[in-house]
Amino acid sequence: MILSIYNFTSLTDKFHNFLSTHLSDGIVLTTELIVAGLLVITFVAVLAMVLIYLERKVAAYMQLRLGPNRVGIYGTGQVVADVLKLVLKEGITPDGADKLMFNLAPYVVLSTCMMALAPIAFGNGLVLWDLNIGVLYITSITSLGVIGILIAGWSSNNKYSMLGAMRSGAQIVSYELSAGLCIISIVVLSGSMQISEIVNSQTDGWWIFKGHIPVIIAFVIFIIAATAELNRAPFDLAEAESELTAGFHTEYSGMKFAMFFLAEYINMFVLCAMAATLFLGGWMPLHIGHWTAFNNVMDYIPSPLWFFGKTFFIIFIIMWFRWTFPRLRVDQLLDLEWKYLLPISMVNLLAIALMNILGWHF
Amino acid sequence: MTLGNYFENIYKGLKSLAAGMRLTGLYFVRRGDSLTQEYPNNRGTLKLAERFRGEVVMPHNESNEHRCTGCTACELACPNGSIKILTKFIINEEGKKKKAIDTFVYHLDTCTMCNLCIISCPSDAIIMANNFEHSVFDRTKLLKVLNKPESKIMAGVE
Repeated sequence: MILSIYNFTSLTDKFHNFLSTHLSDGIVLTTELIVAGLLVITFVAVLAMVLIYLERKVAAYMQLRLGPNRVGIYGTGQVVADVLKLVLKEGITPDGADKLMFNLAPYVVLSTCMMALAPIAFGNGLVLWDLNIGVLYITSITSLGVIGILIAGWSSNNKYSMLGAMRSGAQIVSYELSAGLCIISIVVLSGSMQISEIVNSQTDGWWIFKGHIPVIIAFVIFIIAATAELNRAPFDLAEAESELTAGFHTEYSGMKFAMFFLAEYINMFVLCAMAATLFLGGWMPLHIGHWTAFNNVMDYIPSPLWFFGKTFFIIFIIMWFRWTFPRLRVDQLLDLEWKYLLPISMVNLLAIALMNILGWHF
Repeated sequence: MTLGNYFENIYKGLKSLAAGMRLTGLYFVRRGDSLTQEYPNNRGTLKLAERFRGEVVMPHNESNEHRCTGCTACELACPNGSIKILTKFIINEEGKKKKAIDTFVYHLDTCTMCNLCIISCPSDAIIMANNFEHSVFDRTKLLKVLNKPESKIMAGVE
């Protein structure tokens, strides 16, 4: 059996048929939604722990340190200990805060970024909701998260939180443009906004190989814009420890803080998964033209492994950025977007459109 | 800003970013030069910088001689009175009366490791040692006498 060609829809269909024989339609739908929701929550919790551990290790190695290495084997227990600590801590709501908004904000941020996981294809057929405007859906949902950040900053009744939230808003609004243009350039090439079709269009080679230099430029700009959208260093003006203590989540503690933290890492995963899907072929194995033997060997690696391999590769690059570059000033940040990234990605999009019309890609 | 400048800026920016990422990438790959010391596990092979200030000690040679003349320069230099020198008079070989130290009292509990006593010492009688494991259950154990019992001043040190 060729593993990467194995379609997970047969598995989910089996589950659906099994339920349908025993239950009525409405209950089947409810059960399936509950199962999917539980799977997503479990996945998100495990993913966040893995990413936090990875981040700490990568940071330590790049700064000539060892990182967590006391709790458990190679410090893997450290993450569990941190999570337990956050769960047990008291969640304080400040006196001057807008109580409702203050307690609502973490849920807004976390639920929006979990919604963005729905159309992502984790493997062949392993997707919760393969809607026809998948890419557009992800971009719009990830930009909703900024509302939660603004609520958190405003309701905290703290000048640091407010400044952090406003900066975050300005940053996400401006960098979304170039990120969107880079996504559109792949939509132009593949001719669809559906994630499964974008992945299928890369069967004979990933877009980063098929699309020549314009797609490589689009990839680089997308990675930069994604880092900025995530509010991660070098674009972490929204949190800027040295200026704003912790930015919009200065006043948050315990589980409410943990939810912001979780949302940050899930957002990172979502945007890296987007980059992997658009430019590196998602779950599609590495296929080179007509090398049938090579392509067959690659097909033996299961498709989720390909997807997570590519996503974690891009996550590593973003972590590499964080632990190398110093923070930008506000004027430099806006310069970079409006003077460099946006004009370049516009010209680049034109070039890609021209390339697509003339059929200059493989 | 001309168009040439614009592309030059982009090129320069990308080049400097690549240089930075190359360095951290090398750090990431080369694990040998990690600076962290896993302290309680490597007590035998612990590497400390020579300038590390652990405590003040007075080196003695094999015939139990030190270089301290009892001039009390260190006692005067000490900002918080951690050093107290008690002197006595001895008769040397030539039959002359001479000042020498009786006890060199060192309060490790109040010492701030400022190094001023070592700088002020004219005869290099005291140095900073690397030992830093000073924890004790009884505070009086931190009151130390630096000159060993029956020790004498080295010949030739004035």
